Amino acid sequence: MHSLITAEGVPAAADASGAASAAWLLVALPLLGAAILLLGGRRTNRFGPALATGMSWASFAFGVVVLVQLLGASAEERAHHLTLWSWIPAGSFDLDLGLLVDPLSVAFVMLITFVGSLIHVYSLGYMEHDPDKRRFFAYLNLFVAAMLLLVLSDSYLLLFVGWEGVGLASYLLIGFWNWNPAYATAANKAFIVNRVGDLGLSLAIMTMFISFGGVSYATVNEGVANAGQGTLVAIGLLLLVGACGKSAQFPLQSWLGDAMAGPTPVSALIHAATMVTAGVYLVVRSHVIYDAAPDAALAVALVGAVTLLFGAVVGCAKDDIKKALAASTMSQIGYMMLAAGLGPVGYAFAIFHLLTHGFFKAGMFLGAGSVMHGMNDQVNMRRFGGLSGAMKITWATFGLGYLAIIGLPPFSGFWSKDEIIHSAFTGEGWRPWVLGGAALVGAGITAFYMSRLFFMTFHGEKRWTEDVHPHESPKIMTIPMMVLAVGSAFLGLALGPTHAIEHWLEPVVGEHPEADAVIGTLPLMGITLLLVVGGIYLAWRSYWREDVPEVAPRASVLTRAARVDLYQDAVNEGLFMRPGTHLTRSLVFADARGVDGAAGGMAALVGGFSSRLRRLQTGYARSYALTMLTGVVAVLGALWVIQ
Amino acid sequence: MTSLPLLTLMMVVPVLGAVVVAALPTGSVRLARPVALGASLVTLVLAVLAWVAFDAGSGRMFQLTETHSWIPQFGVSYALGVDGIALALIVMAAILTPVCILAAWNDEVVDTPGRFKRYFALMLVLEAFMVGVFAATDVFLFYVFFEAMLIPVYFLIGLYGGPQRQYAAVKFLLFSLAGGLVMLVSVIAVYFAGPGGENGFLVEQLVGNVNGSTGALRWMFVGFFIAFAVKAPMWPVHTWLPDAATEARPATAVLLVGVLDKVGTYGMIRFCLQLFPEASQWATPVVLTLAVISVVYGALLAIGQTDMMRLIAFTSISHFGFIVLGIFAMTSVGGAGANLYMINHGFSTAALFLIAGFLVTRHGSKRIPDYGGWQRVTPVLAGTFLVAGLSSLALPGLSTFVSEFLVLQGTFMRYKVAAVIAALGIVLAALYILLMYQRVMTGPKPAFPEDAVPADLSHRERWVVAPIIAAFVVLGFYPKPVLDVLNPAVRTTMEIVGVTDPSPAAEASGSAK
Repeated sequence: MHSLITAEGVPAAADASGAASAAWLLVALPLLGAAILLLGGRRTNRFGPALATGMSWASFAFGVVVLVQLLGASAEERAHHLTLWSWIPAGSFDLDLGLLVDPLSVAFVMLITFVGSLIHVYSLGYMEHDPDKRRFFAYLNLFVAAMLLLVLSDSYLLLFVGWEGVGLASYLLIGFWNWNPAYATAANKAFIVNRVGDLGLSLAIMTMFISFGGVSYATVNEGVANAGQGTLVAIGLLLLVGACGKSAQFPLQSWLGDAMAGPTPVSALIHAATMVTAGVYLVVRSHVIYDAAPDAALAVALVGAVTLLFGAVVGCAKDDIKKALAASTMSQIGYMMLAAGLGPVGYAFAIFHLLTHGFFKAGMFLGAGSVMHGMNDQVNMRRFGGLSGAMKITWATFGLGYLAIIGLPPFSGFWSKDEIIHSAFTGEGWRPWVLGGAALVGAGITAFYMSRLFFMTFHGEKRWTEDVHPHESPKIMTIPMMVLAVGSAFLGLALGPTHAIEHWLEPVVGEHPEADAVIGTLPLMGITLLLVVGGIYLAWRSYWREDVPEVAPRASVLTRAARVDLYQDAVNEGLFMRPGTHLTRSLVFADARGVDGAAGGMAALVGGFSSRLRRLQTGYARSYALTMLTGVVAVLGALWVIQ
Repeated sequence: MTSLPLLTLMMVVPVLGAVVVAALPTGSVRLARPVALGASLVTLVLAVLAWVAFDAGSGRMFQLTETHSWIPQFGVSYALGVDGIALALIVMAAILTPVCILAAWNDEVVDTPGRFKRYFALMLVLEAFMVGVFAATDVFLFYVFFEAMLIPVYFLIGLYGGPQRQYAAVKFLLFSLAGGLVMLVSVIAVYFAGPGGENGFLVEQLVGNVNGSTGALRWMFVGFFIAFAVKAPMWPVHTWLPDAATEARPATAVLLVGVLDKVGTYGMIRFCLQLFPEASQWATPVVLTLAVISVVYGALLAIGQTDMMRLIAFTSISHFGFIVLGIFAMTSVGGAGANLYMINHGFSTAALFLIAGFLVTRHGSKRIPDYGGWQRVTPVLAGTFLVAGLSSLALPGLSTFVSEFLVLQGTFMRYKVAAVIAALGIVLAALYILLMYQRVMTGPKPAFPEDAVPADLSHRERWVVAPIIAAFVVLGFYPKPVLDVLNPAVRTTMEIVGVTDPSPAAEASGSAK
């Protein structure tokens, strides 16, 4: 059955040939762009943004060349391995720096460079009047380079370089307008919460080394067969901690909402389409480990299920358009994690949903940016309404993304999400009911909160503040939105019914097994659509037909909890921040009084003695010199005598 | 080329430079800086020559050796030589000295011409001693340099430091002298426990030849270890460092924390491990505990600081904890990591101290709350400060990541709990660096009078920062040249101690649980 798979469960990657042997260019081009813009300083102000955009497109173009090469090869020959140089030769730890070009990494390369380049273009318009535009584009290029390194690396340690690299880019861009102290805090929060996840990932890598003797994918995959179950579960769970940090999954989700402080193109690229999905990539890339450690895989699925509901509930209560979209992102990545945790029935669909989501969510974020552009940077949806007339292109492109995310056929989200729901209902015992149930309920809530968002923004009464004059954004912004909207509409249709995605990923994750759900396919689809329509109806009743109050009403306990992200910050503050502050303060006090005090006490004793010595200390360097000279002469004299 | 006594020359050149600087007539005192810079650059060239002449695969314990009888009655020789560890540290010192001289170019120590020129002369003297202490392959000679180093540092802090300089300098001196005296007892004991004779203090003679009762050897180990722990500095004998670092001029702080303190961790390898293998293994649990405490304690204390220089000093206490952890993990990975860490920490700390120093020169305060929004005022300074900070928190892609990961990985191979607790340091590091950056650089732009807006980094300051940042990136992606030099020395140390790496679990146990 696993015809393409070697005995260890992984295909051996051949040495790279053709365009794939220059795959380092994919990373190098945007990195060069970032370096030129950052080191060149003000001199590059004039052409910098255009250069950065060009570098991103160049990387995309080269990616297409590599893709074509892979498409032209047979399925077994689509993995290329490329060793660049000896990176860390340290005793028994000896790691080369190498890249792995295979169907999974190339799928990501396409998503990152295409959506990334579109967002570069959009930013040319969105950031046009920002005085620090050059720095913004430098960071965007840095991000693209780091993200490409993440997906192209051939070892967990090099992945980690890209992993923290995208974290750095995210930090820099969230805090791009860091003269606002709240934004600077949001940037720190993102980095620090991610570091907690990275701690897990580091420990996973260390465990791999002591278990398998190496940290490259090849070594790890080969070693899995000989490893104990305990080790594999431990590695799987530690990797999951890393994935939770980067992908804003429960319980490390708290940073994503605040990350919306970054300029909106950043939210679209980093905090929706690409970086936050890196956790899903990590799990799918590590599928050999999860296949061999079902308990760890179950944990992944459960985290995904909890997060998809968590995000969906929060999304229902947010009035800030970007924060509502952020909650939605969290929820959608929950779907992907759920799928990835299901094992071979889910891997391909996790990536499928990741790709479609990359298009429709990026498109909607850009749409939100366009709305903000026309509304004096306001984000409160209670002061939007009726914008469909004023911003027709934004409305239409956003609308396609909206139809895609709620999963209406034949738009993209329908194909990818429906497959996940279907897969979640496979399996035995309680699992299909719990996991599938969560996915199903989530679909209904998604339809509600996205409809709420769409109606509150574009339909119903105009609740604008007096000083706004909404207008459509310039072409340079709307064209990327249109391209993404086309993807939102048709990408699913292209990859879903044709099973292209399963076939494409087969050399990496294995043949996609046919599994029967505990509910029949058509009834399940019917129930899903029913819930979706129900969600839309509820939202229509409250947010289109009825007037939306300009100030949020008091609302129920659950709504109030959801407005503050189900108390995530309060919990973190109570559990970690406040005790931590007390700990550092008391340690600083104790260090001065206790540890240093003990030393100081001795010093006081000595001090009594030294006050007599002080008379010898005249403070004149020449008298010191004389003393030293005397000492030297005495020592030399003594030696001479001995000799 | 190898016939040149390179190591001696690397001491003679800075000393000569110091003499010339000190002898400059009052009228031409401005020449002190270029002369000092020139002398340190010549030393750097010599260091590069030494690097080239060094053969990593030679198999000998020391290379570039020079041995002359000095006090044969006591077995004392003037013996120099380097293994990869010492060579890397010497090259680091030779790079950082000109960088520090350039950074100290405009330090306001000009109230009298004499003070001004002595400031630069002392730095050169310190450089000579730093080369000597790492190059000495005679235990007694090492001790002489170990104590001699205190003199220039004492004056650099005590004469040129901040308002509390006297207190800080005396505290530094007392801690170091106390450690040094304990070590002296061990130094003498080693001679009697060794083969003795005219070369009785030579490390090569002593390795494997220090005999005595287990108890006696352990006491000797403790004598050395205390001195090195004070110097390193480890918890709980660290308290001299924050005072010394904040009162010293930034350039002095770099030479003190970045280079000189490495004598502590270097000494642990050269003397504790190589001379007392059994005692080292006996002490390992205690040392590892102290190291882990240092990692976490230093980081927590750093988070709580309001003085930038003290904060950086506490980060160093945390980082020295990592180095000691790697040394005593006794794995090839941890050893290579610890040694690489010593080099990387030198550059990383240098960047932090010097750039923070540039900031202090502009604003006149070391207190973090006195800042805010400086990114809008001095963007390049802020950018370099952030890179320095990222290096301190060991961001992957920068050199410090490689060494920190190797230390943790090497420790994890043998001592999982210690490694996991120490790994908390990577979260805490993000806190202390980013909180400092946030408080200093972000927030609303501060208001300055029109004619007193602080300038961004000058050309000189950029030249100070550029080589360090280049080192971060190059050694982050290509640390191989340094690791190739370090690996044989680490292997030798492990052979002397008699330990081997644990083999991977999956290979060792097959498919068994």
